[in-house]
Amino acid sequence: MKPFRMLGRSIRDAVKSVIRNFSLSLASISCITITLIIVAVAIIASYNVQNFTKEIERDMTIVVFLDNDATESDVKKVEKEIKAINNVEKYTFQSKQEVKEKMQEESEVFNTVLNNWDDEESPLKDTFQVKVKEIEKISSTAKKIEYIDKVSVVRYGEGMVDKMVNAFSAVEKVTYGIVIALVLVTVFLIVNTIKLTISARRKEIEIMRLVGASNLTIKMPFIIEGMILGLFGSIVPILIVIYGYFAFYRYFDGYLYSRLIQLIQPEPFVYQISLIVIGIGILVGMIGSASAVRRYLKV
Amino acid sequence: MDLIRLKNVEKKYKNGVTAIYDLNLAIEKGSFVFVIGGSGSGKSTLIKMLYREEKPTKGQVIVGGLDVAKLKNKKVYKLRRKLGIVFQDYRLLPKLTVYENVAFALECIGEKKDDIRIKVLKALEDVGLKNKVHEYPGNLSGGEQQRVAIARAIVNDPKLLLCDEPTGNLDPEKSMEIMRVLEDINKGRGTTIIMATHDKEIVNKMKKQVITLKDGHLVRFKQKGTYAE
Ligand SMILES: Nc1ncnc2c1ncn2[C@@H]1O[C@H](COP(=O)(O)OP(=O)(O)O)[C@@H](O)[C@H]1O
Ligand SMILES: [Mg+2]
Repeated sequence: MKPFRMLGRSIRDAVKSVIRNFSLSLASISCITITLIIVAVAIIASYNVQNFTKEIERDMTIVVFLDNDATESDVKKVEKEIKAINNVEKYTFQSKQEVKEKMQEESEVFNTVLNNWDDEESPLKDTFQVKVKEIEKISSTAKKIEYIDKVSVVRYGEGMVDKMVNAFSAVEKVTYGIVIALVLVTVFLIVNTIKLTISARRKEIEIMRLVGASNLTIKMPFIIEGMILGLFGSIVPILIVIYGYFAFYRYFDGYLYSRLIQLIQPEPFVYQISLIVIGIGILVGMIGSASAVRRYLKV
Repeated sequence: MDLIRLKNVEKKYKNGVTAIYDLNLAIEKGSFVFVIGGSGSGKSTLIKMLYREEKPTKGQVIVGGLDVAKLKNKKVYKLRRKLGIVFQDYRLLPKLTVYENVAFALECIGEKKDDIRIKVLKALEDVGLKNKVHEYPGNLSGGEQQRVAIARAIVNDPKLLLCDEPTGNLDPEKSMEIMRVLEDINKGRGTTIIMATHDKEIVNKMKKQVITLKDGHLVRFKQKGTYAE
C-alpha cells in the first residue's frame, strides 16, 4: 500500500511540474520526438535491409563456368579448391552433359540444336553453383574462385547486393552519429528541465528533508518527470511509425524495385518498433532526470 | 535516562571558523532546555548537529542511542522522523493550507490518509489553530504561522523537538503564546524540547534548564536557570 501511495504522489507532482515548466518541457519533448523519429526510421530501415539481404542471400549463388577443355581430373581439382574457401557454404556440380539434358528437356528447339553438336564443339561448360555463407563477402569469394586454374567465368548477382549493403552500412554509420548527437542534446535539455523543477521546489525539498522523507521519496517525482517527458516524446514517433509504415507498405505493395526486395509485413512489426521507441524514450528521459537529480539534488 | 549525549564535540567549519569547542553535555528525556548565548556563540550549530544538518568534526553526538555523526547521509531520514524542528522563519509552503502544510510532513513519510487526518487535527488542536485549518499561511499572523510550524513538527509525535529562535520574529506577547504552546507540548506529550534563543525575558520567566554558550564554549548548564551575562 505505502509504495503505491508514494508513487501516486510522485506521478501527481511530476505531471504538475511538466505543466508548470511548459516551455522547457515542450523543448525536451520536441527533442525527444525528433530523436525518436530518426531512431525509428533507422531501425525500420535496418530491419528491412537485414530482412531482404537475408532473402537475397537465400537465392544468392555464384555460378562458376569451367574451361571447355576441362577434364574430369581438372574438375576434381577445382572442386577441391572451392571446397577449401572459407566463405563457401555448399556447392553443386553440373556436368556439360547434365546441362545439355536439362536444356533439352526444357525446349524442343534446344533439343534439335544441341543434338547437332558433338561433345568437342559444344559451347556448353561444366558448372559449379556455389552458395556463400556471408553475402557481404561474396565478391571476394568470387574473385578467389576466378583465380582457380581452369575456371573461365564467374557470375553472381551483378554486384547489386554489394552496392546495397555498402550503401546501407554507410548510411547506418551516419545515422548512428546523428542519433548519438541528438540523444546528447536531448539529455542536456532534460537535465535543464529537471534542474528548473528542482529549483522551483527547493523549499519543498528542504522541508521534505527536515520531516524525514527518504531519498527515494524525494528523488522519485523528478525521475518520473523525466520518464513522462520521454513518454510524451514518443507519441508522435509512434503514430508516424504505425501510420507511416502501413502507408509505405501499401504504396509499394510490399516490394521495393523488384520482387527480390520484399518489405517486412507491417503487423506485428510496427507494434514491436513502437515498443522499442517508447522504451528508448523513457530510458533517455530517465537518464536525463537521474543525472539532473544526482547533480542538483544533493541527497 | 539521557536522550542526548555529547562527548568532546568540536565543530570546525570548512572556512576555518570553529563554532563549538570540546562540548560535553547530557540532556534527560522529557526536559525543556534553553540554549542561550550571543550572536555567533554556536547555538544554531549545536542544534544543527542534533538533527544532523552538520556533522561534528570531533567527538560523538548521540541522540536516542544513535551516534548521529556516524549516520550515513542516506539514513539521515530515520533520525529526522524521530524529531521535530522549528525555525525562526516558519518555513511553511505558501500554496498549501494550514491543514495541508501539517499533513505534508506525514504524506512525505507515506502515512495513510485516515491516520494523517486524525494526527493533523490533533496537532492543530494542541497549538490552538483548529479554527484556521483551511487558511493559507499568508493570511495568518506571525504567531499563528509559527504555531502551524510547531504543529507540523509535532504531528508525528517525536521524542525531541528542536527550536532555533522560534520567537525571533515575534513580539513579546506572541512570543509568550508560543512558549505556552511549547510548555504544553513538553508537559502533555512528554516531548523533550531544546530551544535556542537570545530572548532574556522568556528565559527568565520560564525557569527551565539553561545551557549558556560563549564563543563556542559551554560556560554554564543550570537547572531552573536565568539569562545571566
Ligand atoms: N555554514 C557555516 N559556514 C561557516 N561558518 C559558519 C557557518 N554557520 C555558522 N558559522 C559560524 O559559526 C559561528 C557560530 O554560528 P552559529 O552557530 O550560527 O551561532 P548562533 O546561532 O549562536 O548565532 C559563527 O562565527 C558563524 O559565523
Ligand atoms: Mg543562530
